[in-house]
Amino acid sequence: MSRVALYRAAVVAAAIALLEVLCLTGVIDKITMQAPHLIARDLWRLLASGQMNGAIAKTATNTALALVLALCVGVVAGALIHRWRGLRDTLEPLFATYYAVPVFAFYPFFIVVFGLGDLPQILIAFMLGVVAMIVNTLNGLDRVPTVLLKTARIMRLSPLQTALRLTLPAAAPYILTGAKLAVAYAFIGIIGSEFILSRGGIGYEISFAYTNFDNAVMYPLIVLILIASIAINSVLGRVERTLLARRGM
Amino acid sequence: MTRRSFAGARNALTLVVALLLLWQGVWLLVGDVALPSPLATLRYTAKLVSGDTFYPHLYDTMRAFAIAFALSVVIGLFVGFWLGFDKLSGDALEPMIVTFYAIPKLTLYPILLLAFGLGLSAKVAFGVIHGVIPVILFTLAAVRNTKPILLKTGHVLKLSRPQMVRWILFPAAMPEIFTGLRVGFSLTLIGSLLAEMFASQRGLGYLLMTGIGLHNIELVMSVTLLIVVFAAAVSTVLLMIDKRLHRQG
Repeated sequence: MSRVALYRAAVVAAAIALLEVLCLTGVIDKITMQAPHLIARDLWRLLASGQMNGAIAKTATNTALALVLALCVGVVAGALIHRWRGLRDTLEPLFATYYAVPVFAFYPFFIVVFGLGDLPQILIAFMLGVVAMIVNTLNGLDRVPTVLLKTARIMRLSPLQTALRLTLPAAAPYILTGAKLAVAYAFIGIIGSEFILSRGGIGYEISFAYTNFDNAVMYPLIVLILIASIAINSVLGRVERTLLARRGM
Repeated sequence: MTRRSFAGARNALTLVVALLLLWQGVWLLVGDVALPSPLATLRYTAKLVSGDTFYPHLYDTMRAFAIAFALSVVIGLFVGFWLGFDKLSGDALEPMIVTFYAIPKLTLYPILLLAFGLGLSAKVAFGVIHGVIPVILFTLAAVRNTKPILLKTGHVLKLSRPQMVRWILFPAAMPEIFTGLRVGFSLTLIGSLLAEMFASQRGLGYLLMTGIGLHNIELVMSVTLLIVVFAAAVSTVLLMIDKRLHRQG
């Protein structure tokens, strides 16, 4: 292991050990937090019992739906906006301020319009993810070498053929960066809206456990979400680095 | 430059008009039950802003937000400079901080509630864990990318570390740090509002959730509109300052 990885592992281990000691000595009381080894045990039991399977499936399905929607719409919209200069100029201020606006503020409005089902959650997750996708697609298309575009013109490719065979593959590393963000945002959107107000899913279970002071369920589920999002992110980060390295970037 | 800012203003104006038209169009489609028209919302907003009940909520949100942002900046700059100086710590901790950005932080809110109790401090803490990350990351990058010649000059002049920060690193890194503050500002606002939407007795986020409870769509739309306009306006101003700083640098 390199020094950096060692340092990192030491920080994580020290943090867990500190929590363990604080909990066991009673500095952090039982009502506030359980000792890490108890959380691990409870998480194992919770997963083995299968009582959370429904919630996990619901959250995973909604995240996947929102993500697929954001990816497809994002790439297509990005490609279209890239071709249309005027539209891009008009939308530029929207992109620049988009992530400064709390998208979750629209959640109550969506609930009022669509009812308290899956649709408002998917919409929030989609809205969070799609702009990252569009912005990164635009960024990638801006960097396509002119020589490729000239080649396309010599080959007399149609705009659709040019997009599918040349420009989109050339922009792939940037699109992947967008996709990585979109995954994180879709997850945040679904969990967050489940958490605020919903009728099911992991976010809902956490908020339900919180309301009932059921720490034996709440902490394991929080840890589960942390592990899931950290795992997804590091896998995507690794894919991104390999892809960039292959392009010599 | 005047021509560029003129084009920017024109684009922003086109965008606002387009969004209003879209809103009006959707209203014509779905009707008053689901969505109040722009005009009705503006009228309700005027009534809301001229009444007395609105201001305690606004005050509460703004107080939590202001404290959270101040803490984010102080902690963020401190940690950012430290990680920028200390290469090993920086290399080890930076990826962890980036990962922390991508996890659904709303799930951590119950822990903060149990640790700080329901009220201002939990809200502030939640705002800080959102806002501090970009401040740290941008400061870290800025300190690392300072031109070596500047640092050498500092060494030649035998500056102490605080003097180095005050007279060389801070001025050199200012544009980047400002970008961090700008993003941190938006994220702190989002964090504070989210905290209020989940559990609180006052504040704009709470007002939004009451709006759903009472099925008062006009209230929901008005508060959403106020939040969006505030966030977009401040972020636009900060973005303009940001661009000016980067041009000078």
